[in-house]
Amino acid sequence: MVGRTVRHTAGMAGPQPDGAPAPRDGSLPDEALAGMTEPFGIYLHVPFCSVRCGYCDFNTYAPAELPGAAGLAAGFADQLVAELELARRVLPDAGQVDTVFVGGGTPTLLPAADLVRVLDAVRTRFGLAEGAEVTTEANPDSVTPATLAALADGGFTRVSLGMQSAVAHVLRTLDRTHDPDNVAAAVSGARAAGLQVSLDLIYGTPGESLADWERSLRAATDLAPDHLSAYALVVEEGTRLAAQVRRGLVPAPEDDDAADKYELADALLRDAGYHWYEVSNWATSEDTRCRHNEGYWLGGSWWGAGPGAHSHVGGLRWWNVRHPGGYAARLAQRCSPAAGRELLTQSQRYDEWVLLGIRHRRGLAVSGLAELGQAAVAPLVAEGLLRVEAAAGEVGEVVVLTRAGRLLADTVVRRLLGVVAS
Amino acid sequence: MARTALPPHATPPELIRNFCIIAHIDHGKSTLADRMLQLTGVVDARAMRAQYLDRMDIERERGITIKSQAVRMPWELDGATYALNMIDTPGHVDFTYEVSRSLAACEGAVLLVDAAQGIEAQTLANLYLAMENELTIIPVLNKIDLPAAQPEKYAEELAHLIGVDPSVCLKVSGKTGEGVEPLLNEIVRQVPAPVGDPTAPARAMIFDSVYDTYRGVVTYVRVIDGNLNPRERILMMSTRATHELLEIGVISPEPEPSAGLGVGEVGYLITGVKDVRQSRVGDTVTNMSKPAKASLGGYRDPKPMVFSGLYPIDGSDYPALRDALDKLKLNDAALVYEPETSAALGFGFRVGFLGMLHLEIVRERLEREFNLDLISTLPNVEYDVRMEDGSLVDVTNPSEFPEGKVASVREPVVRATVLAPSEFIGSIMELCQQRRGTLRGMDYLSPERVEMRYTLPLAEIVFDFFDQLKSRTRGYASLDYEADGDQEADLVKVDILLHGDTVDAFSSIVHKDKAYAYGVQMASKLKELIPRQQFEVPIQAAIGSRIIARETVRAMRKDVLAKCYGGDISRKRKLLEKQKEGKKRMKMVGRVEVPQEAFIAALSNDPTTAKK
Repeated sequence: MVGRTVRHTAGMAGPQPDGAPAPRDGSLPDEALAGMTEPFGIYLHVPFCSVRCGYCDFNTYAPAELPGAAGLAAGFADQLVAELELARRVLPDAGQVDTVFVGGGTPTLLPAADLVRVLDAVRTRFGLAEGAEVTTEANPDSVTPATLAALADGGFTRVSLGMQSAVAHVLRTLDRTHDPDNVAAAVSGARAAGLQVSLDLIYGTPGESLADWERSLRAATDLAPDHLSAYALVVEEGTRLAAQVRRGLVPAPEDDDAADKYELADALLRDAGYHWYEVSNWATSEDTRCRHNEGYWLGGSWWGAGPGAHSHVGGLRWWNVRHPGGYAARLAQRCSPAAGRELLTQSQRYDEWVLLGIRHRRGLAVSGLAELGQAAVAPLVAEGLLRVEAAAGEVGEVVVLTRAGRLLADTVVRRLLGVVAS
Repeated sequence: MARTALPPHATPPELIRNFCIIAHIDHGKSTLADRMLQLTGVVDARAMRAQYLDRMDIERERGITIKSQAVRMPWELDGATYALNMIDTPGHVDFTYEVSRSLAACEGAVLLVDAAQGIEAQTLANLYLAMENELTIIPVLNKIDLPAAQPEKYAEELAHLIGVDPSVCLKVSGKTGEGVEPLLNEIVRQVPAPVGDPTAPARAMIFDSVYDTYRGVVTYVRVIDGNLNPRERILMMSTRATHELLEIGVISPEPEPSAGLGVGEVGYLITGVKDVRQSRVGDTVTNMSKPAKASLGGYRDPKPMVFSGLYPIDGSDYPALRDALDKLKLNDAALVYEPETSAALGFGFRVGFLGMLHLEIVRERLEREFNLDLISTLPNVEYDVRMEDGSLVDVTNPSEFPEGKVASVREPVVRATVLAPSEFIGSIMELCQQRRGTLRGMDYLSPERVEMRYTLPLAEIVFDFFDQLKSRTRGYASLDYEADGDQEADLVKVDILLHGDTVDAFSSIVHKDKAYAYGVQMASKLKELIPRQQFEVPIQAAIGSRIIARETVRAMRKDVLAKCYGGDISRKRKLLEKQKEGKKRMKMVGRVEVPQEAFIAALSNDPTTAKK
């Protein structure tokens, strides 16, 4: 049995960044509080899995890696509730919550009742806005129709299923041994419960042919989810997969292969009625986009609760201690679990605006670009990486990534910021 | 050990013995010298540090002696006290001229050979030089304490070379001290006393010149005629420069001022000058008020043979590199350089060196003593290019090789000597043939060892020849060479183009028959090193406008990371900030971004760094 879904959200992979120490009471500088933007989201990180997949370097713990994980998991919902109480104290003026996203790890390793109880805590502490989006990631193997119904009853509106592939040998290489048929069962269970459905796919797994990838895409669109995410496999240092690549046991993923598969995905998904709205995300309409994730790219505020979770309020970014034991201990001492933080300078905020905003279909307002960035637009358009569109309202013209530009988004960002010459 | 040392200036020539030690790099010269210092009592065991006479760190670490020094040691034999002057000689091929001057300051030479390895090519070359100078040769086998020592076998070899009976070879161990005392006695007995005219105008030969931060230039001389005294004005006969003698003395083994230096004596002079160029090795020092009519002869300007561009990795270090070279120059009369600009590498210097070791030492000192990170271009030699219109162009930087109608190109050649076990003759011949060598002769030193003499283009040995020689002979071959004029050759310039733009740092002058191989090798090396760009980058090797090799770095199609959620943002922004920093380390060749590391790897001759 395999645990978690592949999507990792605010519980990031890799080591935490360097930053300034965070105060014990978790309080935020006035500057950040005053600059708090909307929408406001809450991310909840569940750092437990039944086993660790070979490619995964996320902040999650399988029983083999963390003896006592089962015990920690049992008290975990209470810890999240405790952090939400802290959040309320720190953000006395925050309005209602627009989006909630439970990620992991494998959130569905917790009983549905625990997930609902945490959502209740969000509701009672902050309030949920009208039409709030409430998502949980789920493992196709471990959710039953009953679980899904219980989640929907408790207020969840959306489920994101880790499908990854429809091809057996690809799933094996990923250490994912779930039965592809279970995905269909989970999708119909979610539909029956009235939940929106998103599927996650991975491409570029060693040994995956273009035909394999096409099969997975067709299998996914045949299930008619509302939303699809497709991620290129990255061999992260320190994973079992990285060791296998190093030893020559499996070939390293190649960028050209990933590019071919991205182009195939974009074409095939478009034909199936999905439009891209972020580099790796497609939806059937504007209403089925993941609003929670859009908050990350479009400058929203969010509180990330749970081990290793990141938060952002008014230009202040902070992140929690990664280890579930350390996280629990901090909260038990009525102390903020934040490990470090950084208050962004104006120029850092600008850099982030460019690097995050360009990933989104909405694009960047040309008028918002600095001189260097504006000068880079024409050549980037000429090279087919950007196109200029008229936007509604006072924004004026915006630049949006073309398909080729989405694949080279890092180059586009470096050129818009003048890191490399245009 | 002598009870009292003879005072300088008042030492009768017949009690003076001037000798040097000729040895290969690791044959134990410095260790033997250390034992002599101890036995003669000029250094006590407590003050002894290994290889006392090698001053610079680099010398001590590499176990080689670059700068020679002279030490005066008292020694008693049969009731008489003698003054022994041991003149240390550099042991490497790049410093042949300095060696020749050191030899010219002596009457005798200890030929020191490792009893486990036998004689090496450079030692042989220096031995021939000593024999030409009519020095008395005392053959000595060292390291007889080693289990692998074969003193009988190598005594035969030495005896054969010098033309003496094998039984006269002394056997010593610098390490244990065994045999060192008899050796000192033999030096007194065999080495002739110096001869000179004490009443003639002073003539002293400079055999070394060293810059000292506190004292300025310290000049080492051997007095041939007359005498030198403190406070008088001296005249350098080749440069006609005059200086006041602030201090004169002997080294024993620290500087000791003396009342002067007389016929046959060896010592140092301090005049307060700050640049070794004003006190040149090989020049004759005389008394200004009573100057000699003729110099001692043999003076030669140091001539750079190998050139390389040195560039700071961080362009803002350029002034620091200039200052560092200016400082090194004070102590290195052979170092020449001039500013040059490379489109690929920025501002730097074209530097001339005596040879490859000289290059390595200078580079290492710049990096170590001055904390500079440097890129050096592939070493090259100097070419004389004659154009069809009769004009002559002197090329020390391949990228300056003239375009247009070239009538002929001349390149420097060397006479090289290779000593090796005879089983490797075949592979050495093969290597030398590949390098356009001509065999001039071959002699067996013994049934197992052979001396091969070649004429080779210098350009063919400045780049990895020695490494190749070593690897083909399992490390047993040794090499010596000396300049031997020039020759006309069919040479062309191969340019390397990135996306149509020539990268000046990669241009090379090679023989026509090797141009294709060089082009293919460089292009495929660069293909591995240059990151994919947004567009396809052709890498071409060309002779003039003719393309001889081509590789392609395919266009990059994807660089985006698929995921960017809440927890990825700080890391991603920090990466971007780092790239902004790293921009300094990127060079633009036309539109192509080339990381500094790619230049370094492409210019290094280590095949492993070419593959990332």
